[in-house]
Amino acid sequence: MSAQATDVTPARSTRAAALRRRLPGSLAWHLGSLAILTVILYPVVWVIGGSFKESEDIVGSLDLFPADPITSNYTRLTEGIADIPISTFFMNSLLLAVGSVVGILLSCSLTAYAFAKIRFAGRNLLFTLMIGTLLLPYHVLLIPQYVLFRNMDMINTYTPLLLGKYLATEAFFVFLMVQFMRNLPKELDEAARLDGCGHFRIYWSIVLPLCRPALITSAIFTFINSWNDFMGPLIYLNEPDKYTVSLGLKMFVDQEALADYGGMIAMSLVALLPVLAFFLAFQRYLIDGMATSGLKG
Amino acid sequence: MGSAVTHAPAMEDLTRDSEPRHGLAKPRPSAALKRRRRRDNLAGYLFMSPWIAGFLLLTAGPMAASLYFAFTDYNLFDAPRWIGLDNFSEMFGDPRWRHSVRVTLWYVVVGTPIKLIAALGVALLLAQKRRGQAFYRAAFYAPSLIGASVSVAIVWKAIFSDDAVVDRTQKLFGIDVGGWTGDPDMIIYSLVALTVWQFGAPMVIFLAGLKQVPRELYEAADVDGAGKLRQFWNITLPMISPVLFFNVLLETIHSFQIFSSAYIVGGGAGGNACGPADGSMVYTCYLYVQGFENSRMGLASAMAWMLLVAVALVTAVLFWSQKRWVHYEEGGR
Repeated sequence: MSAQATDVTPARSTRAAALRRRLPGSLAWHLGSLAILTVILYPVVWVIGGSFKESEDIVGSLDLFPADPITSNYTRLTEGIADIPISTFFMNSLLLAVGSVVGILLSCSLTAYAFAKIRFAGRNLLFTLMIGTLLLPYHVLLIPQYVLFRNMDMINTYTPLLLGKYLATEAFFVFLMVQFMRNLPKELDEAARLDGCGHFRIYWSIVLPLCRPALITSAIFTFINSWNDFMGPLIYLNEPDKYTVSLGLKMFVDQEALADYGGMIAMSLVALLPVLAFFLAFQRYLIDGMATSGLKG
Repeated sequence: MGSAVTHAPAMEDLTRDSEPRHGLAKPRPSAALKRRRRRDNLAGYLFMSPWIAGFLLLTAGPMAASLYFAFTDYNLFDAPRWIGLDNFSEMFGDPRWRHSVRVTLWYVVVGTPIKLIAALGVALLLAQKRRGQAFYRAAFYAPSLIGASVSVAIVWKAIFSDDAVVDRTQKLFGIDVGGWTGDPDMIIYSLVALTVWQFGAPMVIFLAGLKQVPRELYEAADVDGAGKLRQFWNITLPMISPVLFFNVLLETIHSFQIFSSAYIVGGGAGGNACGPADGSMVYTCYLYVQGFENSRMGLASAMAWMLLVAVALVTAVLFWSQKRWVHYEEGGR
């Protein structure tokens, strides 16, 4: 395949010229990609290297990796943050992330099935509303939801952070699943209906298994979003032993920033590890899911 | 609905439906058909019930409450007191609010185009099928997953602080402006850099769009002797315009709502919640300060509604403009 669109030199060329051009073109392509890769990866490599440096060398020194690496930044983490072991934050984050995944998968797939497979009165109106919530800034709901949960005495519990996930408020995933379900062959569920299957049977035994890729994509995105979430826990949680990793890290920054820079950098890296692991394991699903969100069909 | 090769937009046909789906039902509605319709209605609303509950309890209800709070003085402890438009006049008269609007607009206007141009440029590069393409695509996408985390914000703050790598690098070029995160005028650019660093998500969407452009169009253009630049302008850009529209819409709306990274890079809680001299005081940071640090829930609700109006206006303008520059494939579905 010839260089398309990025190569701005006129394409009028004989085969020999094309050949002469191909090698430099390929070289330029790899050099360009590598240059971008360097910029992209720099912060990640920086944080890995920094976590093995003495605190005072982290910002000032330009060497990515220290001459004599130390591990005290990591051993220091076993002491916990403000007397709370790091594992507490990780368990809290994990609980929220897994709870979110279960909720999103159940509630969004039910909603998506109704939109994609059932013809009922008012469906188009509801679909428009659902898409509308996709574009709604979250901050409009921030204060009234806080007031609501406060009046229900749910501050400092995980309910405010989880309830929405069980009520399909994340329109993006509903949308993703609707798109996927619409493209499943209609013959399957129509045949099932003629055989006397009800909607729930069709949903559970036919549509859900076929939607595996969309479900996996949604699950991974939900996990990562929940893991990274900062504003939700910041507003709803105020007892440190309920904090998530993000909040624990923020507490660390506020308390120790100057005293223990190394520990902070090490903790930042440790906090990222689950997301990076998910990425390495499932990058195909993530990228394909992302790609289909912009396209239909 | 379309086959796998159909190039169809996401945002155009969301509500319409290809109606004649169930070929069974045409002439006169029989008793059996009526029964089936009733059953379908019931099933539809049963399946939808979690969403409907969520919409009423967590979206529509709170929106109505927020609209009411916007016209009240409300500190969470005493009952809301109706004060008419006072919140709005206070807001417009508040220099700190106007500053936060300027910072946010600047962030959106500078950051979003750079990010999208980077995304499109790299997507064009990666659209060439060469060895390592899949690896690069995955690596470039990774920052989009971790970019919103507290960890990355901490790293960012360090990299852009005085004497750190960015400062030293610019000194090599004779630019001596110091670290960006300590400078009220520069800190916003460290946030711009952070969003540009996450160009991978729109890039992946661009790549998917580029893949759907029919190859014959380029071959025909080659035969006609059109240069690569012309081909990009007259073929590639129109063909991917639906994807471009989608990316512009989502990235713009998203940029308006930046919070966590500004809050953490800017230093977080306390007197200077967002950066030196409010340098990274983006709109939502100020909203957070007013609502949750100063307990001014009424004022913060009014601010939230202004944000909603701004986002709605931008969305409306974009949708209105798409007639002029977004080309949807005819009969693609």
